[in-house]
Formats: sequence, structure tokens, C-alpha cells
Amino acid sequence: MTLQLEFNVDRGDFALDAKLSLPSSGVTALFGRSGSGKTTLLRCIAGLERYPGHLSFQGDIWQSGPGAFVPTHKRPLGYVFQEASLFPHLRVAQNLEYGFKRIPRGQRRIQWDEVIQLLGLEPLLTRYPDEISGGQRQRVSLGRALLTSPRLLLMDEPLASLDAASKDEILPFLERLRDELALPILYVSHSLEEVIRLADHLVLLDDGKVVAQGNLQALLTARELPFVQTETSSTVLDARVVDPESEDGLTELDVGGQPLLITRHAVPAGLSVRVRIMARDVGLALAPPEGISFLNCLRVTLLDSQPGITPSQLLVRLKLGEQIMLSRISRRSANTMRLQPGQTLYALIKGAALS
Amino acid sequence: MFGLSDADITALWITVKLASVSTVMLVILATPLAWWLARTRWRGKVMIEALVAMPLVMPPTVIGFYLLVLLGPRGWIGGFLESIGVGHLAFSFTGIVIGSMLFSVPFVVQPLQNAFTSAGGRVLEVAATLRASPMDRFFTVILPLSRRGFLTAGVLSFAHSLGEFGMILMIGGNIPGRTQVASISIYNHVETMNYSAAHSLSLVLVLSSFTLLMAIFALNRRFKVVSVA
Repeated sequence: MTLQLEFNVDRGDFALDAKLSLPSSGVTALFGRSGSGKTTLLRCIAGLERYPGHLSFQGDIWQSGPGAFVPTHKRPLGYVFQEASLFPHLRVAQNLEYGFKRIPRGQRRIQWDEVIQLLGLEPLLTRYPDEISGGQRQRVSLGRALLTSPRLLLMDEPLASLDAASKDEILPFLERLRDELALPILYVSHSLEEVIRLADHLVLLDDGKVVAQGNLQALLTARELPFVQTETSSTVLDARVVDPESEDGLTELDVGGQPLLITRHAVPAGLSVRVRIMARDVGLALAPPEGISFLNCLRVTLLDSQPGITPSQLLVRLKLGEQIMLSRISRRSANTMRLQPGQTLYALIKGAALS
Repeated sequence: MFGLSDADITALWITVKLASVSTVMLVILATPLAWWLARTRWRGKVMIEALVAMPLVMPPTVIGFYLLVLLGPRGWIGGFLESIGVGHLAFSFTGIVIGSMLFSVPFVVQPLQNAFTSAGGRVLEVAATLRASPMDRFFTVILPLSRRGFLTAGVLSFAHSLGEFGMILMIGGNIPGRTQVASISIYNHVETMNYSAAHSLSLVLVLSSFTLLMAIFALNRRFKVVSVA
């Protein structure tokens, strides 16, 4: 827990009251509706806005009381804005150099070639910002921020202003960033899809207040949070790759000691991966069934159940080892099966996707 | 060429010198003011903006008159300069430079202020997150993005100084070789019924102004069209 913050913003029509301790590794998503205060919080962390509060990062105090305030340009952070905001009078290469050349040589932990290659920027270097696409611009702005070798990367809905195709173009880069650079990332988003693909840790904001924070899986499956009450309710399970090239075009994973087969992915054996499973794709059986088309059948324990999004449905939480998964079944089935908490069940999984 | 007398050529030279010196100095001095006006949230700003715009609506002779009073041997400024042995500024080249600068203030401050306003905002924040200090941001982001504003300010101030008459007559008088500019020479020629000399000098002014403006607009076209995304 090395990003400690406390801010009290009162702008009359909007108030933000946040006190948080955030991990210094992995991706932390600040998630909430528009107007929930996530962007304001990010801007306060960057020092772009100044409100009463306290902020320290890895032991360095960035803001404290009325006096101590480290200006933005002296904070070792990178910031990716919603719009790429490239300098229009500079070519791509000069945009990338802008922050890079302001970092003393000895403090450059992220190298030029590394970023150019990671983000595929080579063909764009001599262009001007108005000559490249929106997705390319956002890649440049990401590279520009990385080249300052930040110790903390802040991203404010970097995909929100892009069309679906450009989003699909950038997301894999963000995933590589997360996996290849040991760089803590704070990611603001109102898209649960993005959060599920990228985040390890989640902070849920609503109306200027922190509603919940914690591990992604824990929040996605928490009884009291709204995530379990949507059409696309899902969980993410931590898994390990056992055999990437299993038979019949499948890849075999290990989830809490049990095998899980998914469509073949080019991932190395032994790699830790995350699998997303939608609640609507999980069925339940009292005993391991035979002669059915479902590939995966995991032994689980029933934790509890609650009303689903329609009167005919129930949302059931299941324990798989230490992990929690969700299943949406009909109330009728639950009654005929006489489901009880603590009961051992078999979860039949129709589809699972690497997240 | 054009049948200009030596006196006419001297008057032209003084005109060009006046326009150049006052434009360069005014742009340098007006830049901080325009930057401040573009950034400040102070409520009293409108008062400053109104003051800046005053020369647009005042008769040039009024500015000239007040300057004469201020800069002359008995004025606050002129008197002070006299007392420290520098000498007062009425009827001097320095005097008409000061007058010319004052007279062009709105033509320089307003385009610069507009340019700074539109060049500021998000890209400035980006530059801050890329470790640029406030001064660094001004020189590497604001100035290059405002070059059209500088071009406009420079051209307007220069052209405006070329043609000024009443104010210069007031503060500078009509001293050949010192404060007699082309527009005053033309007036003198007309007064003495020397129409052909007035024609020649006027034609030179028309042609040179036109050439200057053409060159500027051509240059402007070659600049990359800059928009702040």
C-alpha cells in the first residue's frame, strides 16, 4: 500500500471525499459513472488540480496541508489523457522526445527502443499528429508518457474517445504494458469490460464517495455490490496454463487444482492467466453428469444465493478452492435441486475466455 | 527612383525605422501582459482590457497631446529625465517611438491574448506531466502554437505605425531628419501644392505596404495550419 491519499473537494455542485491506500503494483481501476469523481481524483493525484488533502507515493510526500505541494512537473508520473492531446506543432518523434529529453540519462529506466517496439511506433515517427488515426495518436501519447520513465502511470479513460476498432488496437498494448513493465498503473474507466481485462484491483466510486475497493474478483462477486446484478455479471478466476496445445484445438488450464479447457491460445505453459466466466454461462448439477456437451465440469461448494435480475432467476455464489464464481440459474431448478449452502455441486461451464 | 528627393528618402527611412523599432519593442513588452490577461481569473481584468483598447477609440491627437504634456520639459516624465540630465523627449525620435507603441497596444495585445488563450489548456497540462517547468512550457508549447498571433500582431503594429500622422505631429513635430515621417512629408508637399512629390511618396507607401502584406500572407500560408486537439 504505497499510494496514500486523502482529498476533500467541495466545488458547490460537486463534492469528492476520498481516502484510499492503493497498491504500488499492478493495475488499479478507478471505476464509476460519469460525475462520480474518478477523473477529479486522478487530476488531484497528478497535481493538475489542488484541493485540501494529503498525498504520498512510496514514502515521498506530494501534498500535505496548505503548504507542501509538489508541482506536477516535479512528480515522477506519466499521464495519459482521454484525448491524445499531442503537440500539434511537433512530429510524432518530437512529441515522444518531449518528455524523454527532460529526464536525465541516468534516470531513464524505460528506453527509447523499448517503447517504440512495444507500441509499434516506428512507422509513425516522421508524421504530424493530424496525419495519423485516433488510435495511433493514443498509442503515441501512451509512448510519450512512458518515455518519462514514470514511477506511476495515470490513465484517464484512454480508450473512451476511440471507436471500437481503435479500442481493439490499443487494448493488447495496454495488456503488454501491464505484463512487461513493472509499473503501477491507475486506470480511470466507466467501462466494466476494460476494467475486467486490465485491472487487478478495483476502486468503486459513486457520487464522490469510495463505495468499495479490493481485489477485482472479490468486488465482482460481492453480494452487496451492483456487479452481481447485471446481465453480464461475471467472475475472473486465477488460473495457470498446463498444456497450451492440448488436443482438439484446446488449451488446458489449472484452476484451484481442477482442469479447465478453453479455446487454444498462444500462451506458454506455467503462465498465470485470468479467465473470465459469465454467470449466465454456468449451470449446476448435483452429480458429475455424463453424456453432455459441456466440456468443463468443476467441483464447487455452494456459498449462498440471492434474487437474480428477474423474479424467475437466482444468482448463486460458488466457492472453487479459495476463489468465488457466479452462476445464474432459474428459481425452479434451485427448488427442485433443493440447493443448500455448503452443498457440493458440479459447475458446468459453457464458455470461458482468457481475460 | 520615383523622383524622390533626399528629404523624402530620409522621411521614408525614419518611417521604416519608427515602425520597426516600435513594433519589436511593443511585441516584447506586450507579451507578458497578453499572457497575464489570457491566464488571470482576476475580476479587475476587464479594466485592464478596456485600458488596452482605449487607443482604438481615442483621436490620435489626444494621445499625442497627453504624451507631449507628459514627455515635454515640464511633464512628469520629461521633467524627471531633464533633471537627471538625459533631456526631455518631446520632438525626439524616442518620443515618437513611445507614442507609436502606445498607439498600437491594442493591435498587439489582442491577437497575442487570443493566441495564448487558445494555445493554453490541455496541451499545457500535458507538458507539465512531461516534466516541463512553467517557463519551459511557455517557450516550447505556447510560443510555437501562438506564432500566427505574433505574425498578426507584428503586421498590424507595423502597418499601423507606417501610416500614423496626427499623434506624431503632436509629440514629434515636423523636424526633417528626426521626426518627419513619410505621412507628414506628404502633408507638407500638399500644403506647398507640390502634388507630383506627394504622388511619388504616396505611391511608394502604397506599393511597399502592399508588397509587405503579400509577403506576410504568403508566409502565413506556408506555416502548418495548427489546431489544438
